[in-house]
Amino acid sequence: MDIYTFWEQFKRSLAIVKKNVRIYYSKGPVIIFGLLMPLFLFLAFSIGRSMSLENLLPGLLGMTVFFSATSVGPAIVPWEARSKTLERLVSAAVSVWTIFLGDAVSSFLFGFLVSIVPVIVGMLIGVNIVHPLVLGFGLILATFCFAFFGILLSAYPPSDIPASTMMISSMVKFPLVFISGVFIPIQELPEWGRIIASFSPLTYFTDLMRYSIQGTSYYSVLLDVTALTMFTVLFLVAAIKLHEKSLPKRLA
Amino acid sequence: MLETAVAVSNLTKCFGPVLAVDHINFEVESEEVFGFLGPNGAGKTTTIRMLTGVIKPDEGSARVMGYDVLRETLKVKQIIGVVPEVANAYIDLTAWQNLMLIGELYGVSKRKRTEKAGNLLKELGLYERRNQLVRGFSRGMKQRLIFCMALVNEPQMLFLDEPTSGLDVESARHIRELIREYNDNGKTIFLSTHNMDEANRLCDRIAIINYGKIVAVDSPERLRMKSSGLQSVEVGFDKPVDIDELSYITGVREVKKMGDKIRLYTNNPDKIIDSLVDYARSKNLQFISLNTLNPSLEDVFVELTREH
Repeated sequence: MDIYTFWEQFKRSLAIVKKNVRIYYSKGPVIIFGLLMPLFLFLAFSIGRSMSLENLLPGLLGMTVFFSATSVGPAIVPWEARSKTLERLVSAAVSVWTIFLGDAVSSFLFGFLVSIVPVIVGMLIGVNIVHPLVLGFGLILATFCFAFFGILLSAYPPSDIPASTMMISSMVKFPLVFISGVFIPIQELPEWGRIIASFSPLTYFTDLMRYSIQGTSYYSVLLDVTALTMFTVLFLVAAIKLHEKSLPKRLA
Repeated sequence: MLETAVAVSNLTKCFGPVLAVDHINFEVESEEVFGFLGPNGAGKTTTIRMLTGVIKPDEGSARVMGYDVLRETLKVKQIIGVVPEVANAYIDLTAWQNLMLIGELYGVSKRKRTEKAGNLLKELGLYERRNQLVRGFSRGMKQRLIFCMALVNEPQMLFLDEPTSGLDVESARHIRELIREYNDNGKTIFLSTHNMDEANRLCDRIAIINYGKIVAVDSPERLRMKSSGLQSVEVGFDKPVDIDELSYITGVREVKKMGDKIRLYTNNPDKIIDSLVDYARSKNLQFISLNTLNPSLEDVFVELTREH
C-alpha cells in the first residue's frame, strides 16, 4: 500500500471514530464496564484501608485505563453485526484494518478521557507526581495497548450479541486485574505471582504508574515501556488478523 | 469506456462443506441492467459479496470496471455503490449524518458530499427529515436512505441486492424508477432480485443461478423464446369440463386449472386449438375465451431451477 492510500485510509478511519463516538460512548455496556466497574472496584479495595493517595492512585489508574479502554471495542463489532450496519461498513471503500483502527482509536479516546480524570483529581487533592512525562507517555501507550486488546477480545467468538462478547471479555479482564499488581505491588507478590504477573500488560502499566507517582518500580522504565509496546503491536496484529478471519462468519 | 463492466471467471466460494458458488462464469456489459435471479440460498448474495470485495473468493477471478476484485479491492469499492441485502443505516445517527459518514468513507470532499447528500435526499423525498434519527424511519424510508448512501460517491456501477424486497408498492416503485433513471444516465447496474416482474421490466439481460451454478444467461425475451415447451393455450368454456379429458388431447404436456379457465401446456398451440374446437363441438360447449400464451419469465425461472 502506497503512502497516499495509507493516508487516505487513515483519514477514513477518523470518520469511523466520529461515528463510534456518536453512537457507542453512551451505550449501557460501555458505561457499566468502562466507568462504573473501575469505580466500584476501586471503592471496594480502598474503603476502610489506611493507604496514602500516592499508594492508591497507581492501582486506580491501572483499573481505570484498563476497563475504560477495553469497554468500547468489544461493544462495537457485535453491535454493528446485530444492527445490520457491519456489511454496509465493510462494503465501503475501506480496508478491514481501517475499520478496526477507527474502532481502536475510539476506544483509546474514551479510555484516555476517562483516565485523566483521576490524574487531575489526584493532583488537585495534593498527590505529587514525581515523573509527569513518564506518566503522560505511559498513559497514552497503555491506553492504546488496552484499546487494541479490547478490539482483539471482540474477534472471537464472532457473535452478534453484544452482551455475550462483553461477558466473555469480562472473563478475561477480571483475572488480569487480580494478577497484575493493581491491588498489591508486584514486589509484594509471591514468586509464582510475579511470574504470572509478567504475562499481563497491565502489570507493566501499573509498575510504570508507581514509578511516575511514587518514584519506585519493580521493573525498569525501559522494560515497562518495551513490554507495553510489544503487547500493543501483538494485540494490533492479532486483532486485525482474527477479525479478517471472523468477518465472513459475522456477515453470514 | 470499457465494454465489459464485470467479467467473472470460475468464481467459487465454499462455506465449510457447502459449495455456495460453484465455478461460475458470466460477463456484464457496460451500461446494462444485469439481473441476477435465483431461489433462496442459490448463491446470489455470496456472488455479490465477492464482486463487491466484502468476502474473498476461494477460487477463480473477477474484474469489476477493469479492476481485479481480489488484488485491487479498494479500487473496486471506490468506484461502485452497494445496496447490500442485509443492511441498515445507523439508526442512532440522523439521515444527514449517515450520508456524511459514507461520503467520508469514500473520501468525498466536504463541499461535494454536502451538495450530493442534499440533492439525493431531495430526490428521494427525505430532505425534510434529514435531521431526524433514522430510528424513527419506516422501512421504505430506510431503504431509500440506503439507496442515497450507495449513490453519495457518484459510483460508476451499482450493485443492488434485492433492493425492493419487503417494501410497500410505492417505495418499491420509487426505487425502480431510480434504477431506470440511473441506467439512463449511462451507469451499469447489477440487480439481484426475487421479483420476476421487476427483472422483466428493468433488466437487459438476466443470469439465473441455482445451487451455486449459472443455469442461463440471456435477455428476458430470449429466455422465454428458448422455453418453447412452455407455450400454452388458455381456454374458458361456458360450462364446467373434466380436465382429465383435455389431458388426453394429443400434444398436451400438462393441464392446469387457472381459476375459471384451463391452461394447456404444449409445443404446438395451433394443433391444440384445432383439437379444442373439435372437443367443444363434440360436447356442445361455447368458448368464452381462447388465448395462446408465451411463457412468462417466472415459468422459465421455475423450469430452469427445477431442471437443475
